[in-house]
Amino acid sequence: MFNILGKRYLFFGISLLLILPGLLLAIFSGLNLSVDFTGGTLVEIQFPSGRTPQLEQIVTIYNQFDVSDVQVQTTGDNTIIARSSFLEDETRADILATIEDQSGQQVTIIRIDSVGATIGQEVTVRAALAVAVAAIIVVVYITFAFRGMPNAFRNGVCAIIAELHDVLIIFSLVMIGGILWGWQIDALFLTALLTVIGFSVQDTIVVFDRIRENSVIYRRLPFETLVNHSIIQTLQRSINTQLMTVEFMLLALVLFGGLTLRQFAVILLVGLFSGTYSSIFIAAPVLVVWENREWQNWFGRGRKKKQAAA
Amino acid sequence: MRTYRWLIIILIVVAVAIWIDLPNNPGIHFAGIDRSIETRLGLDLVGGVQALLEADLPEGTEVDSEKMQTATRIVENRVNGLGVTEALVQQAGDQRIVVELPGVDDPTVAISTIQETGLLEFVAMGFTPQPPGTKIVTDHATSEEPEEGQQVWQTIMTGDKIENVQVSRDPSGQYVIQFRLDSEGSQIFGDYTTDHVGEYLGIVLDKEVISAPVVNEPITEGEGVISGAFTLESANNLAVQLRYGSLPIPLKVVETRTIGPSLGQDSLDKSLIALLIGFIVVILFMAIYYRLPGIFADISIIIYAVITFAIFRYIPVTLTLPGIAGFMLSTGSALDANILIFERLKEELRAGRKLNQAVDIAWKRAWPSIRDSNIATLITCAILFWFGSAFGATVVKGFSLTLAIGVVISLFTALIVTRTLFSLVLGYVRDKNYSRWFGI
Repeated sequence: MFNILGKRYLFFGISLLLILPGLLLAIFSGLNLSVDFTGGTLVEIQFPSGRTPQLEQIVTIYNQFDVSDVQVQTTGDNTIIARSSFLEDETRADILATIEDQSGQQVTIIRIDSVGATIGQEVTVRAALAVAVAAIIVVVYITFAFRGMPNAFRNGVCAIIAELHDVLIIFSLVMIGGILWGWQIDALFLTALLTVIGFSVQDTIVVFDRIRENSVIYRRLPFETLVNHSIIQTLQRSINTQLMTVEFMLLALVLFGGLTLRQFAVILLVGLFSGTYSSIFIAAPVLVVWENREWQNWFGRGRKKKQAAA
Repeated sequence: MRTYRWLIIILIVVAVAIWIDLPNNPGIHFAGIDRSIETRLGLDLVGGVQALLEADLPEGTEVDSEKMQTATRIVENRVNGLGVTEALVQQAGDQRIVVELPGVDDPTVAISTIQETGLLEFVAMGFTPQPPGTKIVTDHATSEEPEEGQQVWQTIMTGDKIENVQVSRDPSGQYVIQFRLDSEGSQIFGDYTTDHVGEYLGIVLDKEVISAPVVNEPITEGEGVISGAFTLESANNLAVQLRYGSLPIPLKVVETRTIGPSLGQDSLDKSLIALLIGFIVVILFMAIYYRLPGIFADISIIIYAVITFAIFRYIPVTLTLPGIAGFMLSTGSALDANILIFERLKEELRAGRKLNQAVDIAWKRAWPSIRDSNIATLITCAILFWFGSAFGATVVKGFSLTLAIGVVISLFTALIVTRTLFSLVLGYVRDKNYSRWFGI
């Protein structure tokens, strides 16, 4: 039998390695929030003739209308995205007309998102609230669902730790994606995030459920062996559900689903994989770490114990 | 017996679902139900404009929910007046209205029409009439702070008391608007004009003075005339605004989203193809890996898809891109329930149990996992839905709704449909053939 739990600190290390780059990016360059959260206007237009004007030219036009904080980028396919502070409808229409005028062609509007600053703030606050409320309710629910077990509360907390792990993983992903492909944290990201949370918990519950069942059957077994055994038993289901079905669906969406959904689909793909990964390699091991109170060995004192054991 | 009862129920449900799914379903029109059935596609799939309007009131003012409902209805009337098919107007939260205009590709015209508050006020001007065109500040619903030393005029009555409006010409050939007030309005108007004969009465639209006639005599009949420098067109426009109703609360646009039609069509085609490919791969996987149970699961997944789609069409749920993603994910959830059961079944069969006993145990043991995990997903859906509703974020709402519906249906198909299929063939599988049928 595989001894998954024996290598638990290796798995913790791997996760940390994946999470760190995103965290560092977030600290040093800030979160790449979209207009959904910061408020502002995003204009994405295509120049069907293929003659895309210089980006400076667009900036100049915005400046003419006293909009000085515009950021313009090309996204391929003769398309540009301009992000600025919130534009009134008339200003936006004037700017578009001027762009058409100066570039001597009709442009195709792909999308325009205009979000007022106050509503952006409100969305951010509510989003944070939604995530927090979801997390708390889930802890309560798990504690309730596992009330028959000793330390049911621990199950809830471990599920949340796994959940937090998955959230950090996709944050890291979107930060890295921000640098490589200009990804942003938008409303769709939020949807993906909440989905990942839901599935992460769903998956953790399946593993915990097996631990609960086994703890009744094998009362004599040490907790660590019991958990390891439970993980192995649910492994096939985890692989089949997650990799074979959900991930296949999402992979199809990434490959064939068109550009609009790609960021969303990739984040879900990674996030849900992480959701499965974390139930096996984070949630259950943390449960064992807690049971053994291993943190007592983390700093200094552990060495003495080991020496004593040797 | 129970098996056959379930079988009949399943067949009926599936038959109804398939009927609803028919592309040219005529709708349901009997027994008091009057409902047409259609697949409703979201803005991100067909292209269009979405706007979020917010009550424009001073900070801290309580928004009257009744007025907000009236405002929503009036916006709806105006939107319908624009002639956009399948437009959607919905109140979002306490103080916002979300407007969706499919197929519109330039937000400017549409939104300015909706946004014109058409707030008509009758303002007491005493003996200092303001010339037409002057912007003034009144004490009725406004977010604009009066500047230092600026006069705040008293509003006597707003245009929502107007019952009937008509454009006509006065004796000098000028276009005027005749109006009739409702009984409450007549009362207010009568009282005021009786006390203030000789004073000026300002008629103010969206805080701009249209005219300021002098009150010659008390007007107690509840009828009056608005004169100004109207052309036929401007008189008609104002009349239409007054007739459809003026907004009881001024609204401002806090968010607009425009999706070009080409992007929408492209996304729709591509995500449908993705959905189909994903579905086929998964169905093949299930059949190959789990053999007979896998085929049962496939049948139940197809039934799941048929029922879920029927519910989407019946409610109707507006399908957005994330909505389709939610549907795909709940398909995963539906499969998960089956897989949990089958893995359990294999374990029990390996442990040497008889088939019907193993089937019983598999369902019983897998149930807590399925129940707990799906409830957790439903909790998340509920929170998402609440979040989406408050902001008119139809994207988030659509996703949580499709996911939640899918999860509920998936419970039915995994627990009932797959189980019934099992029961039907249970008697025909011989012990020694387990490995062939169940892949153990």
